[in-house]
Amino acid sequence: MFSKHDHWHERLFDMLNYIFLVLFALATVLPFVYIIAGSFATEAELAERSFFLIPRDISFSAYEYIFSSATLFRSMGISVYITIVGTITNLFFTLTMAYALSRKDLMGRNVVMNMVIFSMLFSGGMIPGYLVVKELGLVNTYAAVILPGAISAFNLIVIRNFFQNLPAGLEESARIDGCNDIGVLWRIVIPLSMPIIATFGLFYAVGHWNNFFSSLLYLNDHNKWPLQVMLREIVMLSQLAIGDLNNVDPEFVEPPDQSVKMAVIIVGTIPILLVYPFLQKHFAKGALLGSIKG
Amino acid sequence: MNAVWIAKLKKDRFLYLLLLPGLLYFLVFKYAPMWGVLISFQNFQPFLGFWKSEWIGFTHFENFFAHPDFFRLLRNTLILGFYDLIFFFPAPIIIALLLNEIRLAFFKRWIQTLIYVPHFISMVIVASMTYVFLTTQDGLVNEIIYSLTGNKINFLSDPDWFRPMIILQIMWKETGWGTIIFLAALASVDVEQYEAAIVDGASRFQRLIHITLPAISSVIVILLILRLGNFLDTGFEQIFLMTNSLNRTVADVFDTYVYFVGITQGAFSYSTAIGLFKSLVGIVLIYGSNWLAKRFGQEGIY
Repeated sequence: MFSKHDHWHERLFDMLNYIFLVLFALATVLPFVYIIAGSFATEAELAERSFFLIPRDISFSAYEYIFSSATLFRSMGISVYITIVGTITNLFFTLTMAYALSRKDLMGRNVVMNMVIFSMLFSGGMIPGYLVVKELGLVNTYAAVILPGAISAFNLIVIRNFFQNLPAGLEESARIDGCNDIGVLWRIVIPLSMPIIATFGLFYAVGHWNNFFSSLLYLNDHNKWPLQVMLREIVMLSQLAIGDLNNVDPEFVEPPDQSVKMAVIIVGTIPILLVYPFLQKHFAKGALLGSIKG
Repeated sequence: MNAVWIAKLKKDRFLYLLLLPGLLYFLVFKYAPMWGVLISFQNFQPFLGFWKSEWIGFTHFENFFAHPDFFRLLRNTLILGFYDLIFFFPAPIIIALLLNEIRLAFFKRWIQTLIYVPHFISMVIVASMTYVFLTTQDGLVNEIIYSLTGNKINFLSDPDWFRPMIILQIMWKETGWGTIIFLAALASVDVEQYEAAIVDGASRFQRLIHITLPAISSVIVILLILRLGNFLDTGFEQIFLMTNSLNRTVADVFDTYVYFVGITQGAFSYSTAIGLFKSLVGIVLIYGSNWLAKRFGQEGIY
């Protein structure tokens, strides 16, 4: 831990540094642990102990309650649907355009590139964007949540730069073998770029799972709400009547409000924590790719 | 069109086919709304549509600048921006420098693994957790405050607590993630420089000042400039989620105001004018900060 040549004050600094960083990491993690613990706690325990990380009596009533009706299942299903369809849409739009723009012989390439860059500097803003979606008749459809964000200009540029740096020889030989441009993209470029595609696919997917605002803006029908909008409704606006007490046994003790809220938060967080190891493997690369000039 | 062009188009027809979906996307979802900002010079009526609505010039802009809300929004946005710059901006730099002093590789890796997590958690979850912790009804923080002082603090609706709450939330969520770029810059410092400094008898503090800080100073300057360019971009979702009728006076910023006036109250033209004003100031800030970057000998971002 320490090197032999250090002065005492340097050792002291090291000690304090380790302690500080551990405290910082705990401040990041403990809120999650407390919320997991609270979601399994009983009314009595929540009232009696203000802070605990392991509940004395484990109760599943909060989870039984929130899953006793179809509401939360439906929202989760919608979130999964938006995430899968949305990510495929993102990758289709981003990869095709990135490949076309990566080809230096494409006539009009610079015009389109400047169009993309300008869209990063200036946007029409929320209201004109909303009116376009409305005019297209997409309000209250999942397309309204997926299509307006189909391409992130930033991701597009990073992927285009990556494609440009692939060895040209492979593409050439595929073309000589009779592949057209679509074939080259599908059979050569995409297989060679799987790591970067996985990275951006994950980023897009997390974005869809976490997306809240465009769902709130475009999905007026409560039955179409994804999990994030439902979460806000339950936790922040205290609309707690999501369970159906007819579906639980008669002796069921209604869980405390706080536990219900905590259980819903955990349900929204778990999927992210499950993919976190994959994210971690890819994101540092992605974040640093981002710092390459476009 | 001459024959050479046609031949080129024909040769690259599949390439243009690949370009088409993306191009349409940008035209429909990026450029049509840019054209749509023109409704800020109209008295836009949805049932009349864009072509038949009445043109009224700069009336909406004049009304907005004369409205007392304009000054309130500007003030709220600027104050949040300054708090962000003073408290949040340095945080990842400090954590990265501290992590850089850690010699136990596995310890460093573990801390990194833990502090990156909140970046991927949605703002709704972060706001929900804030609510669960800070509510006066059985919230953990207020339970502790109550047992110590006998009082409760209404963090969620007290205007005085709004700004500290926003800054603390964003620090909790993004400080860890923000260290990545600095750690990458620190990793590229030549180890021989440190070894030479040790031989010369430089203390750890001297090494920090003369080797480590200069190594990341250009990254700091670039990020600072980017931040200045986006000074008016307060986190929309975050502020929207934490706003309620009791803290509106300090919570409203340009972005959320556009939503409340435009979507909730249906004043499309007026709110578009506000959004356009903000976008134009944003462009000036981006070009201004980019110019500054070049003056400081940096490469510039655009």
